[in-house]
Amino acid sequence: MEQHSRTDAYADRYAARAAGMVPSEIRALFAMVARPEVVSLAGGAPYVSALPLDAVGSMIGDLVAGRGAEVLQYGSAQGDETLRELICDVMALEGVQGSADDVVVTVGAQQALDLITKIFIDPGDVVLAEAPSYVGALGTFAAYQADVVHVPLDEGGLIPSALRETLDRLRRDGRRVKFLYTVPTFQNPAGVTLTAARRAQILEICAEHDVLIVEDNPYGLLGFEGEPMRALRADDPDRVIYLGSFSKTIASGLRVGWVLAPHAVRAKLVLAAESAILCPSNFSQLAVREYLLTQPWREQIKAFREMYRERRDAMLDALDQLMPDGCTWTRPAGGFFVWLTLPEGLDAKAMSPRAIADRVAYVAGTGFYADGGGRRNMRLSYCFPEPHRIREGVRRLAAVVEKEIRLRDTFGGVEHDGPGGVHTPGPGIV
Amino acid sequence: MELGHVVVLAGGLSYEREVSLRSGRRVTDALRALDIPVELRDADATLLDSLADDPPDAVFPVLHGAAGEDGSIRDVLDLLDVRYVGARPDACRVAFDKPTAKSLVRRAGLRTPESVALPKEVFHDLGAASVLDQIIRGLGLPLFVKPTRGGSALGASVVHEPSELSAAMVGCFAYGDSALVERYIEGTEVAVSVIERHGRPEALPAVEIVAPGALYNYTARYDAGDTEFITPARLAPDAAERATAAAVTAHRALGLRDLSRTDLIVDPDGEVHFLEVNVAPGMTETSLLPRAVSVAGLDLGEVCRDLLLAQFS
Repeated sequence: MEQHSRTDAYADRYAARAAGMVPSEIRALFAMVARPEVVSLAGGAPYVSALPLDAVGSMIGDLVAGRGAEVLQYGSAQGDETLRELICDVMALEGVQGSADDVVVTVGAQQALDLITKIFIDPGDVVLAEAPSYVGALGTFAAYQADVVHVPLDEGGLIPSALRETLDRLRRDGRRVKFLYTVPTFQNPAGVTLTAARRAQILEICAEHDVLIVEDNPYGLLGFEGEPMRALRADDPDRVIYLGSFSKTIASGLRVGWVLAPHAVRAKLVLAAESAILCPSNFSQLAVREYLLTQPWREQIKAFREMYRERRDAMLDALDQLMPDGCTWTRPAGGFFVWLTLPEGLDAKAMSPRAIADRVAYVAGTGFYADGGGRRNMRLSYCFPEPHRIREGVRRLAAVVEKEIRLRDTFGGVEHDGPGGVHTPGPGIV
Repeated sequence: MELGHVVVLAGGLSYEREVSLRSGRRVTDALRALDIPVELRDADATLLDSLADDPPDAVFPVLHGAAGEDGSIRDVLDLLDVRYVGARPDACRVAFDKPTAKSLVRRAGLRTPESVALPKEVFHDLGAASVLDQIIRGLGLPLFVKPTRGGSALGASVVHEPSELSAAMVGCFAYGDSALVERYIEGTEVAVSVIERHGRPEALPAVEIVAPGALYNYTARYDAGDTEFITPARLAPDAAERATAAAVTAHRALGLRDLSRTDLIVDPDGEVHFLEVNVAPGMTETSLLPRAVSVAGLDLGEVCRDLLLAQFS
C-alpha cells in the first residue's frame, strides 16, 4: 500500500500571513550559540544578574505571601492603575507628560507593537521604518502583511530629507502611510540616536504629511552621557504613540511594557488587548509596581548604565584595535548595540556559519531589513558578555573577517542568495 | 537482560546541533514509552565525568555533524569502555568523509556520480576561475556541490549554469574547507535505512523524497511542510530491489554497524547511484529513518531498545 505523507500535513491550510514564518539554517545555527564555547555578540538579552536578586526575591516572596489573592488573580485589560501612574513617573524622565488613563500595560513593548499593528494595518498598508529597523517590529509588520518602506538613517538617526522624499514619493504614488515606526534613541540595531535638531524636523515633516509616529523607546534611560534625550512624544502628544518597557531597566523575564497613546487610540488598544490575552500578568505587573515603590530603581538604572558603558568601551576598543581595514562601525552613546559594515564584496549572512565554527556569533544585517538590504552589515551586542569575553569575541570575529576577505579575493564578491526563512535568533539567545 | 540506565547523547557543538537535539528527544521519548530509564544529555565538558561516575548500561549517540559522525565521540566512549549503538570509530571516519565513502562503495560494485573533491586552498593557489572552468569541462552540467563532510544539506546546492558555480562554492565553503562537486544525476531521490536485526543488516522500505523546488535542502528537511515522502518509493520492482540491496552493500562495504541510512538516486533507466551514507541518521519527527521504521510496521522504541540490547549479545 503506497503511502504519501508530508512533513507537515497542514501545509496547505495556513493563512497567507504565515508564509514567511519559516525557520532557516541560519536560525538553526543559533542552537550552537547557547553553548558556553561560543562568544555570543548576537543576543540582545539584558544582564539581569546585575539586579539585587536577593532583595528582589524577598520582595516577590513577601508580595505573594502578603497579597497573593490579588497578585495571582486576573487583572484588568488596561493594566494595574497604580503601576500606570508609576509608569508616568518613569516617562517624565524623558519629558513625557502622560495621563495614567492613556497608558495600557502590555506583555513587553512587543505586544504593544502587535496591538498597534493589529488595529491600524490592513494587508498592503504602508509602514515606514528606519533602514535598518528592529527585527521584532519587522516580524510583526510581516505577520499583518504590511508593506514596509525603509527610510535610511546615519550617525544622527533617521534622515529628515530622506523621510520627506519618501513621503512625497508615496503620496505621488497614491499610497497612504499608516505610521512611521522609529527607535529614535540608541537604536536597535544601529546604536545611533536621533539628534535633537532632527527630532523637531521629523515631527514637523510628519505633521505636514499627517503621519502617525510610533516611538519605540526601550533604551532611552540607558544613555552613557548626560541627561536622557527628550522623547518625540514629549513634543507632540497627539501624533506620537509611545512604547516603553521595563525589560532593560528592570528585568526582561517579567515581560512588562506599555503603550501611551492618544485617548481614542488607547480605547481601541484596550479592546484589542482584551481579545488577545484578557489581561497582562497581574503577578508581573505587581512585582514591577512593588519594585518601583520599594527598591532604589533610579540607582539601579545608574548601575546598569555604568556596566553597559564599560562593555560598550570594551567592544569599541577591541574593534578599533583588531578589525581589518575596510570595516566601519557606529559608536553608540547608550543602549546595547554596535552596527558594523563589512568591506565591499563581503556578505555577513553567508559568513555566519564560518563565524560560528570559529566560536563567535552575531546577527547578520539582513534580518533588520524587510527588503533584502543589510548584506554587508551585522549587529554586535555588548549587553550580555563580560568585557573580557567581548574582547575575545571581537578577536575571533576579526580573524573570520580576514578569512572572508581572502575568500572574496579568491572567488570575487559573488552574490550568494543563501537560505530563505527567518535569520535572527529567538529572544533567549545570549 | 533489562536496561536500567541508558544515555541518549544529543546536541554537541556542530551545525546540526538543533536537529540532533530534536532527534535525541524523539529517541528518548520512544524508549521511555517502553519504561526504559533514559537520560538525555548534551556532549559537553561535563559528559565524561558523569559517564565515569555513573556508567550507563549503554549509550545511544544521536549526535549529527562532526564529532558525532566522524568517530571521535565513539573513540572516547571506547576509552571509557562504555557500550554504544552504532558504527565503530574507524568505520565512522570513512563514512563521514564523502569522497572516501564513494571510493569504497564503488569498489564494492556500486555506482556513484563522477566527482571531484577540492579544498579551498586549491582555488586560492591555482586561481578560482581556471579551476571552476576545468570542473565544468570535466564533469559537465548540472552539478551538485556540497561539503565533503557534514549533513542536513547544509552548504549544498545544484548548479545549472556555469555562472552559478562560483556562488555555490562560496556557499559550500561556509560549512567546510573542502567541497565535493558531483555530476548531478536526475532521477528519483530515495533514502534506504538499514537496521541490524538478529545479527544481520536488513534494509527497510525505500522512502522517496519529493521536495519543493527539487532540492531537499535544510528547510525542506526540517520544516516547509511541502516536502512529500512516498513509501514504498515509486520504483519498478527490480529498481526497488537494487536500491535496498545497494544500501546493504554500502553498510557492509563501509564496515558499519547497527544502523545507517543511505541516500541514493535512481535514474530513469532504473540504475541506482550512491550519494552518501549517514552513521547517525536523523531521528526527528520529519526524518527518514523513523518514517521507514513505521512503514515497515515496526516501533521506533522497540527498534532502539533492540539495538541497545544487541550491545550485550
